[in-house]
Amino acid sequence: MLFNEPHPLEVKVLTKRFEYPQKDPIWIDEFLAKEGYAGIRKALEMTPEAIIEEVKKSSLRGRGGAGFPTGLKWGFVDRNSPKPKYIVVNADEGEPGTCKDRVLMENDPHMLIEGCLIAGRAINSNRGWIYIRGEYRYLIDILDKAIEEAYARGYLGENIQGSGWTFHLSTHTGAGSYECGEESALLESLEGKRGNPRLKPPFPATSGAFQCPTIVNNVETYCAVPSIILNGGEWYAGLGTPRNGGTRMVCLSGHLNRPGVYEVPLGYNLKQLIEEFGGGVWKGRKLKAVIPGGSSSPILTADEIDIPADYDSLAKAGSMLGSGATMVLDETVDMVKLAHRVMKFYAHESCGWCIPCREGTAWLEKMLRRLDEGVGVTRDIDMVGQLSQSMLGRTFCALGDAAAMPTISIVQKFRHEFEAKLAGAKVFMPAPETQPLVVL
Amino acid sequence: MTFSAELEARFEKMIGQYPPGRQKGALIPMLLYAQDETGQITDELIDEVSRRLSVNKVEVEEVLGYYTMLHRERRGRHHLQICTNVACMLVGGEELWHHACHKLGIGNKQTTADGQFSLEEVECIGACSWAPALIDNYDFHLNVTPEKLDALIESLRGQQ
Repeated sequence: MLFNEPHPLEVKVLTKRFEYPQKDPIWIDEFLAKEGYAGIRKALEMTPEAIIEEVKKSSLRGRGGAGFPTGLKWGFVDRNSPKPKYIVVNADEGEPGTCKDRVLMENDPHMLIEGCLIAGRAINSNRGWIYIRGEYRYLIDILDKAIEEAYARGYLGENIQGSGWTFHLSTHTGAGSYECGEESALLESLEGKRGNPRLKPPFPATSGAFQCPTIVNNVETYCAVPSIILNGGEWYAGLGTPRNGGTRMVCLSGHLNRPGVYEVPLGYNLKQLIEEFGGGVWKGRKLKAVIPGGSSSPILTADEIDIPADYDSLAKAGSMLGSGATMVLDETVDMVKLAHRVMKFYAHESCGWCIPCREGTAWLEKMLRRLDEGVGVTRDIDMVGQLSQSMLGRTFCALGDAAAMPTISIVQKFRHEFEAKLAGAKVFMPAPETQPLVVL
Repeated sequence: MTFSAELEARFEKMIGQYPPGRQKGALIPMLLYAQDETGQITDELIDEVSRRLSVNKVEVEEVLGYYTMLHRERRGRHHLQICTNVACMLVGGEELWHHACHKLGIGNKQTTADGQFSLEEVECIGACSWAPALIDNYDFHLNVTPEKLDALIESLRGQQ
């Protein structure tokens, strides 16, 4: 099991059943003993409209990165459509810096199943899939076992808890693709195709998995639903800030004394989060910058982080809450190298479906590599910014934006480092020593 | 082509998990699970999977060219995947990667002459709060140092 420590300042909604250390996943007996499946039992007594209304009241927003209001998304599905309606869980956790969904699935797999059940009930669905990235094979084993338990105890399958309602759920593995975390690419992958995004509209609520109405949500979003149904939307909304309800999992990584995954109310001050939960910057060094929501989010400098960590406040600060992955950078980090590494990732993961992203990320990677090696020309710095700008909003999916946004912010805020590097100044983060490889 | 009884049972169950006529949905899981058993995607496996799911062979090839975890070449018995993405890079992921290359004398996507190890530099594996991290086949190793990596390689070598 993953090493995780509780923190006294955590607000425990998603992690309420966790024990420290948690030796095994919470299997069904322990789950039932700790209020498990009480949410779906209550939801079975409610109308679909009432369930969606409760989720709307909670102001729960998508935890995968985009932050779309969940209740609104569910409301878009035509419950009376003659087509089957589907539930899809996005467990393709791939945004660099993000490692929260695995903590939830590893410790409390039934919580996710319960969330799917409630969502299924809300849109009158009879089938769902949990799409898990291929690298998380051990989680597929855990979830498969939990699903089997739920079938055996009448929480999945036909006539769930005597309600006459049928719901089937299964796991589905990915096989190595960041792009499949984008919902329409995920649906393509679920249908057995390459993970290329679809042109939207139509959105999945109208035409999703197998061209049927579908809701796709992140693992953490589904996991929040049972508590909302059980304790009421208003209670959940009250935990966060206006329009940003509830708690969320934050993944602290980078140059911290105490990196880890913690559950905090939305709107928790970002600076305090780093100091109180993360234990401050390691080795007594100074903070240089923070990537607040996964590598797609624009970077914030050390003096920009005294703000509440919620969707709206971060957007106002010119960045985004994203997936809650907070990467902390100390004063020794070479920002040119960082920009290069980030772009190398997007160039590798671009699916190649549309030209601005396929060509843009590849060219940007080349230019940033050249700058990183200190052999570029000053004009390149401007060109990196311009090329990124021209990619923004011109791609099928958000991957192009995800590559452009952090790059624009790094060039803008740390331009002096790019210039210094070209002038032959000292490289801040020494490159690892390399020797020619002996190829056998 | 036959698989283990366990895998056959899994396939049978899997095909029923997609809407009628849309069993192609099982394609990617089927390839990955079969690859785990056969070690690589062979021509024979492509034929078998396309027959079982009633899809064209080219539809299988299409998918093979896209997903990084599906591979036609044979890999080492221990496929070490080392993350060098941002969260790992910040705390020594690149040093770990170079250390592994020198220790094993191989580069990215290469296999040692004895077929025991192969190496791959991978993108974020979702272990950022426990970085740097690597995956040995499907087993995660967290907070890895060059010393821990040496010990891991030695212990895996001893297993043969």
